[in-house]
Amino acid sequence: MARMKFICDSQRCIECNGCVTACKNENEVPWGINRRRVVTLNDGVPGEKSISVACMHCSDAPCMAVCPVQCFYRTDEGVVLHDKDVCIGCGYCSYACPFGAPQFPAQGTFGVRGKMDKCTFCAGGPEANGSEAEFEKYGRNRLAEGKLPICAEMCSTKALLAGDGDVVADILRTRVVQRGAGAEIWGWGTAYGTKAGGKDAGAKS
Amino acid sequence: MKKVVLVIFSVFLLAACGEKPQSVGGSQRYEPAFMGTGMAAFTAPGWKPGDKTSWELALRARMQYGQNEYSRSN
Repeated sequence: MARMKFICDSQRCIECNGCVTACKNENEVPWGINRRRVVTLNDGVPGEKSISVACMHCSDAPCMAVCPVQCFYRTDEGVVLHDKDVCIGCGYCSYACPFGAPQFPAQGTFGVRGKMDKCTFCAGGPEANGSEAEFEKYGRNRLAEGKLPICAEMCSTKALLAGDGDVVADILRTRVVQRGAGAEIWGWGTAYGTKAGGKDAGAKS
Repeated sequence: MKKVVLVIFSVFLLAACGEKPQSVGGSQRYEPAFMGTGMAAFTAPGWKPGDKTSWELALRARMQYGQNEYSRSN
């Protein structure tokens, strides 16, 4: 198996926030932390686009590179996980991550940062698979149950795809071929609103 | 008396040699996902915990069946 990846099809995402809710429920994520969230650009304007964002489990993860205590590790499936027993809550990963994935619960009287929390691709953590300790610290380990992340499995329009990078890329490619367009839909033009309406002016699609 | 002081001093000097390693490092003690959780009630059918190949095939089938409607409709 190649690396586990998420892909969000911005043509299909309807900003229902089902993925966010499913994630919070499945992993019993505490108040103040969203491991996943839906980002909408040009909200309210016809043609608005949404994508669901969480940890992208980068192949060359910057969080992993900057962590001073090396609490991150990568599983054989390419899922980037961390050890909360090692994390010191310094927040470096939060600054390094381009997706805003690392979250910090406010703990203590003065709102001191707690241990970092992030999307685990529903793969738990370094505790024993399916153990209570794993659930309390990291949430469900659905991969060890032979399932995919709950956010993707719950997605009503199947905008959010999760799984082997090769497989999900093929699924998206099939959709784009069927539509006849859409590979370029999420880019600079969509984000910053060029007249091309989602297509980078002068760029090859 | 001198010998006793010398022995105590030597022990003090050699104390650093017995220092425990203090290097920090990420956890590499994770259990592979294909080993399963040991809870049959929550485990998806169609694969055998501990068998990596069957786990990969089951997940791959789930990726296709659950997410690729083109493969189901055609």
